[in-house]
Amino acid sequence: MKPQLTKGNEAIVKAAVLAGCRAYYGYPITPASEIAEAAALYLPQVGGVFIQAESETASVNMLYGGAAAGVRVLSGSSGPGISLMQEGISYLAGAELPCVIADIMRGGPGLGNIAPEQSDYNQIVKGGGHGNYRTLVLAPASVQEMADLTTLAFDLADRYRNPVVVLADGNIGQMMEPVRFADPIAVPPPPEWAVLGTARSRRNLVSSIYLEPDVLERHVRKLEAKYQAAERAEVRAECWRTEDADIVLIGYGIMGRTLKAVVEQARKRGLKVGLLRPITLYPFPAPQIRELAKRVKGFLVAELSTGQMVDDVRLALEGRSPVEFFSRVGGNIPSAEEVLEVVERKFESCLRLEEVLVHG
Amino acid sequence: MASFTVTHEKSPSLFNRFERKSELQHQTHYCPGCGHGIVHKLLAQALDDLGVQDRTVLISPVGCSVFAYYYFDVGNVQVAHGRAPAVATAVKRSRPDSIVISYQGDGDLAAIGTAEIVHAANRGEPITVIFVNNGIYGMTGGQMAPTTPLGKKTTTSPFGRNAHTEGYPVHVCELLNSLEAPVFIERVALGNNKQIMGAAKVLRRAVENQVKGLGFSFVEVLSPCPTIWKFQPVEAQRFVRDEMAKVFPVVNLRDRTKEAQPWAGPPPAPPVEDIPRILGLEDEAGQESVEAPAGRALDLRIKVAGFGGQGVLMLGEVLAEAGLESGYEVSWLPSYGPEMRSGTSNCSVRLSASPIASPLISRPNVLLAFNEPSLRKFLPVVESGGMVLYNGAALPEDCVRKDLRMIAMHFSSLADKLGDQKVANMVMLGALLEATGMLEPEQVTGALHSLVKNKKYFDLDLKALELGGEEVRREPLPVGEDYLWGV
Repeated sequence: MKPQLTKGNEAIVKAAVLAGCRAYYGYPITPASEIAEAAALYLPQVGGVFIQAESETASVNMLYGGAAAGVRVLSGSSGPGISLMQEGISYLAGAELPCVIADIMRGGPGLGNIAPEQSDYNQIVKGGGHGNYRTLVLAPASVQEMADLTTLAFDLADRYRNPVVVLADGNIGQMMEPVRFADPIAVPPPPEWAVLGTARSRRNLVSSIYLEPDVLERHVRKLEAKYQAAERAEVRAECWRTEDADIVLIGYGIMGRTLKAVVEQARKRGLKVGLLRPITLYPFPAPQIRELAKRVKGFLVAELSTGQMVDDVRLALEGRSPVEFFSRVGGNIPSAEEVLEVVERKFESCLRLEEVLVHG
Repeated sequence: MASFTVTHEKSPSLFNRFERKSELQHQTHYCPGCGHGIVHKLLAQALDDLGVQDRTVLISPVGCSVFAYYYFDVGNVQVAHGRAPAVATAVKRSRPDSIVISYQGDGDLAAIGTAEIVHAANRGEPITVIFVNNGIYGMTGGQMAPTTPLGKKTTTSPFGRNAHTEGYPVHVCELLNSLEAPVFIERVALGNNKQIMGAAKVLRRAVENQVKGLGFSFVEVLSPCPTIWKFQPVEAQRFVRDEMAKVFPVVNLRDRTKEAQPWAGPPPAPPVEDIPRILGLEDEAGQESVEAPAGRALDLRIKVAGFGGQGVLMLGEVLAEAGLESGYEVSWLPSYGPEMRSGTSNCSVRLSASPIASPLISRPNVLLAFNEPSLRKFLPVVESGGMVLYNGAALPEDCVRKDLRMIAMHFSSLADKLGDQKVANMVMLGALLEATGMLEPEQVTGALHSLVKNKKYFDLDLKALELGGEEVRREPLPVGEDYLWGV
């Protein structure tokens, strides 16, 4: 299929349908509503289910029901709605049900505003619900990745029997870029464990309750082992011009795009700046960051939050390298020039040294 | 041991052995005299009678019946507190042939899950809901329920339920009876054997309705809780019969099963190869990806700005689509806001011969301003050597920059001549294309063709493009050869 100009939010739905998703349950919220609108348009046409639920609390439990019945299910929302979903996400993880949830982040806390922020990082990556669980988190930085990572999300959800979140922001959701979509796959057969209302699946039980402490501990350890396996196998990050970099910028989603422009501008000035853009936020690309720390002079993390992902960078580095932080919030997006100015100021000594080397 | 005759076999829909931890094996976890055991038995009997054990999916709630799956040899899904109707909805929609039973207590259904039950009922989900109402929170040890009768003492209404502070008992059947969609709503009681036999018939009906695909069926069961009520089981039954039934009338509130149309289920799924077409992804015949014109280091950073309703986003979209058709890398980023008219609106469009690092534009080299506030807002950041088109007869005196190509023209008035002010955006686009030659006309027409499905508007848009071009040709601008390319 040739590239098609597509809105980020719509790309999620198209990719989901192509990946065999046949149910969408959601509640409208800006800036994620186009996901529900596209789902309402397409799912009934492919023999799927669309329900505009009464709340995100209901929609996440509909995901639970659809997943329990062995269907690839999708929902989409934004900060306030995701907060409401957290109860259900904990149950989905506890019951080991696969599903994909798109969070198109907006400004918070509270009602905040509808402009882009990256302030849901903690509630998504750190698990905003109760109990020992994680969600796998993918962070697209382009509309093409909105599609590609949605496809991947369904595979990971099935592979790990766990909710997967596609964590984007208002800009990525609202913008249009050309997308080359994958070929459609047939709806995968329902998993062995699903409850289908058939003789064969009659003894199946979907549940997250384990009253006996020993039994619950075994269950929680099993989940833990699964997350550790994901940490070994699923880390993804884009490293760009880091081979010879003195300073590496770290940012995800729309911030990753801005940082790419910063690297371009910096390189034009002869400054050896590179970019590490996490594509998976959980599992976090800690090994890649630690590897870079062996040869770079410092990191600058930029986020549209007051500092959420930066904690994971600092944990990954355990003091090995200096970490500077830059942020804009409230829906403000920094320009590349603004960030470059910060990079030059914060790392004046390292970069000046570079100039001496170049000209000396 | 005296000899006996078996008049009722254990229902096959109930397990022979309840898998529990060793010392509790062979006991149910329900208290002596509890109504759940009776309702379980009646429900299992109904499933057997209707021959749907294999098709049944039981949704267990949070509350005393959280372990309903210990007993029912059917497909089981245990869910969060109050959410059973939402889960049941999705199971039923996903597997239309399944028989989905949402089994809930009063705290679950009438308090924390009020929204879920009301909306599942309002959608007319073709499921069966069994609502066991004993007027108390049993599992958590005797707190007030939404259905606790007035005056009744509980651990959280120690002075007796007071209408002024705790409100009145919630009448769920009556509440749901105000909705259009449900086909069957009835309240039954377990106050004596006669009532229990009546309840058996009603539960059977409620499942049978689903087997026939008739719609949402709801049965409320007034049920004893001797342990928490601190009654002997026989006393508890009397309380159901004499006291609970006074608060909650034992009555059928609705039976529209005769008029109900069986649910057809979801539409059939198309073959997988049809899906790209359904999603609008099929390549049109003869259309091939175009390579970007060689030798042009194009890097257009276009800001389009104006009032909402002036076609600002649409103009940007046409540019992006035409850029894509011409083989360039493109991005389109709107400033989005609450969906209302007359707010300001702008979008950033990039057309580039090389990959686009960021779709955000801080220094545009083309500004298309549909009103004065937009001109004033973005003019200062336009890159030197860039171009500005302004929708106004003349530029405000303090908005003239010598380092830019600036065209002021009242595009809205020109559009008026065509009979529709809405095409001012296409008039401006026509002018831009004429002034810069940045895109081939056929690519722009092609973009319009794929974006504007209404023939009338498509034709009008073409006229508008032409008019904009003519106006610029009338007063040609001295545009340099390398102008805008490669800035």
